[in-house]
Amino acid sequence: MPQFDPTYFVSQLVWLAVVLVAFYFLLTRIALPRIGEVIEARTNQIAGDLERARSLKAQTEDVVAAYEASLAEARREAGSIMAAAQADISRKAAEREAAFAKDLAIKVGAAERRIAAARDEVEAQVRDIAIGAARDVTGKLVGTEPDAATIGRAVDQALRPAG
Amino acid sequence: MASPIEQFEIVPLVGGDSIVAITNSTVWMVIAATTATALLVFAMRGRALVPTRMQSLAEIFYEVIANMIRENVGSGGRKYFPYIFTLFMFILFCNVLGMIPGSMTVTSHIIVTFAMAAVVFIVVTVIGFMTHGLGYFRMFFPHGAPLWTAVILVPVELISYLSRPVSLSVRLFANMTVGHVLLKVIAGFVPLLGIFGILPFAFLIPLTILEIFIAVLQAYIFTILSCVYLHDALHMH
Repeated sequence: MPQFDPTYFVSQLVWLAVVLVAFYFLLTRIALPRIGEVIEARTNQIAGDLERARSLKAQTEDVVAAYEASLAEARREAGSIMAAAQADISRKAAEREAAFAKDLAIKVGAAERRIAAARDEVEAQVRDIAIGAARDVTGKLVGTEPDAATIGRAVDQALRPAG
Repeated sequence: MASPIEQFEIVPLVGGDSIVAITNSTVWMVIAATTATALLVFAMRGRALVPTRMQSLAEIFYEVIANMIRENVGSGGRKYFPYIFTLFMFILFCNVLGMIPGSMTVTSHIIVTFAMAAVVFIVVTVIGFMTHGLGYFRMFFPHGAPLWTAVILVPVELISYLSRPVSLSVRLFANMTVGHVLLKVIAGFVPLLGIFGILPFAFLIPLTILEIFIAVLQAYIFTILSCVYLHDALHMH
């Protein structure tokens, strides 16, 4: 096999050394810095983007927190307004109710008085009629008319409610 | 028909038998180095943050070796990146360019692979002694083993250590040589079998793909083993 023929061993070694050294310099001076630069730039870019995303996220969170705070504030305010309105309404309702009750009591009192007067009147008429009737009946049956005071007492006794 | 091993012939082009004779091997070494450099520089010409396909390829080479060093060498391996990258790219391009019909596979020569393996071995050993001083001799005796086992373990470890450059160089050389011989032998059947030559020809297609894969794989293995040896020298197991 040509691989074991030592004729060109030294030549191969010499050129291998030359080419490898030259290749090393080509790579380290020209090729590798370019690749390294780009990869580093990309890493930095990504790190920067992530950083920006983080700060934007923080900002968003701040805004959300502020929004929620103002929302809670508004809700609290609405609650207090509502409570005030409710208190106002119930106070007014109570006032009106009281006024109405008073008015009603006055009217009821007047009506009761009217009813009592009417009843008294009716009762008096009934007594007079009863007295007259009693006198007439007694006069016809007995022949004498008892005096008015006696009849009045008897009628009062009869008209008095039982018990 | 040409002999299957004719492809490995060293042909002097300039300088006859002299020690600096320019041969077909020299030419392909130069082609490998310039192709690799040109490819990387061409691929990176845009220097885009969002890489093109070519640029991705160049970056993949870079990242593969950077990761290999990070994972296999560990701390202190970063400064050896350019050397290991050079070694990897050189072997890779020699192997892959060797797949071009009519080309010459530089790495199919034991003297070339052995020279590279020997340089790796010597450099790694020097780094080992520079890092650990005489303590580097503990490499040859596993930590924690009973002392009397040294009689057995030290020679075994010593032989295994010294055989590193041999296994490293023979693996690459043998893979390249055998693959090319196999391709050539099977290709030789194509004209011999006439119309039935279609069968070995059909077989050549997957075999060529396999050989390209092996070309890449062997470059990777050579490099990763160098990294493992470097790790041993820096961190001692």
